[in-house]
Amino acid sequence: MIFSLILGFLLLIIGLYGMLTQKNLIKIVIGFSIVDTGTHIIIVSIGYLRGRTAPILDGAVDLANATKQVVDPIPSALVLTAIVIGLAVTALMLSFVIKLYQKNKSLSIDDYQELKW
Amino acid sequence: MIKRIFILLALLGLVLMFLPFLKDFDFHEELSDLSSQYVEGSIKDLNTQNVVTSVIVTYRGLDTLGEVTVLFLATAGVGFLLRKKKASLKPRRSSELLQTASQFLFVLIILTGIYIFTHGHLTPGGGFQGGVLITTAFLLLILADVNLKFNHSILHFVESFSGAFYVMIGLFGLLLIGMNSFLDPAILPLGKFGNLLSAGAIPIIYSLVGLKVGSELTTILDKMGGE
Repeated sequence: MIFSLILGFLLLIIGLYGMLTQKNLIKIVIGFSIVDTGTHIIIVSIGYLRGRTAPILDGAVDLANATKQVVDPIPSALVLTAIVIGLAVTALMLSFVIKLYQKNKSLSIDDYQELKW
Repeated sequence: MIKRIFILLALLGLVLMFLPFLKDFDFHEELSDLSSQYVEGSIKDLNTQNVVTSVIVTYRGLDTLGEVTVLFLATAGVGFLLRKKKASLKPRRSSELLQTASQFLFVLIILTGIYIFTHGHLTPGGGFQGGVLITTAFLLLILADVNLKFNHSILHFVESFSGAFYVMIGLFGLLLIGMNSFLDPAILPLGKFGNLLSAGAIPIIYSLVGLKVGSELTTILDKMGGE
C-alpha cells in the first residue's frame, strides 16, 4: 500500500523532528520510538502484494499454489524481531535517563554539556 | 532560531532523499525467488504452517540467535545501570480491584502466552510475542504491589537454561545431520503438516525463545519497577 508507505515516512520524519527539537530526555526517547515504528511500517508495506493473504498456510491457502497466494514473509520476519529489539533498546535508553536524572537532577538536554563542542 | 532552521533543512534534505524512492516505487506482483523458495521449503522440507516462523527459526535461525544475544545485552545493560538496591517505597496502596484481578488474570495471561509460543509454527504468534505476553502478566503483579520481590535465581536459571539449550539444539543439528545444518529442525521427526507436534524442533526452539524473552523482559521490569 502506497498510503502505509507514506505514513511510515511521515512517522519517521516526525520522530526525527521530535528527537532534534525537544529538550526533554524522555521526549527524545519517545521520538526514537516513533522513528522505530515508522521504519517498521515501511518495511512491512514493502512486502505487501495486492490481493494476497498472510503467509500462514492454513485452510485459506491452497498448498499446491501457495506462492501465488501469500505476501512476502521476509519483511514480516524482519519486523517481528525488530519490534522486540526496539523494546529492549528503549528500556536501555530509559534506564540511562533514570541514571542521568539521579546524578544531575535534571531531564533537560541543555544541562548535559560534556559532549558539546 | 538558526538551529531550528538547520534542523528543518536537514529534515528537508531527508525528505528529498526519500522522495525518488516513493515516486518510483512499484509494488511487486510476484514473490521474489528467495521468498517463494522459503514458502515452498516451508511446505516441503519443514512441515511448518507459519512461513514467518520457518524464516525466523530455521532459514534465518542464526540471526535470531544473534538477536536473542542483543536482547540479553540490553537486559545486562539495564541491570548494570540500575543495580543499586532499590529503596523500599511507601507508595499508595493499589486498589482492591487491581489486587484481586491481578491474581486472577495472572494465570490466564501466562497460559495464553504459553499457548502462543507453543503454537508459533501453526498460527500467528511465536516466541517473541508469547514472551512479551508473559511479561505483561508480571507487569500486572508489579502494578498491584510495587515492592514485589521476584525470585532472581529462578529468573536467571530459566534465562540461562533456555539460552544454553537453544545453542545445544543448534549443535545437535551439526552432530546428527552433518555440516551446514546448525539449527536444522529435522533432528526430530517432522510429523504431519498442521499438527501441534510437527515441524521437528521448531516448536521447542520457539518455546525456548519465548521463555528467554519472557524472563529477560521480566528482569528489566523488575529493575525498572522500583525507580
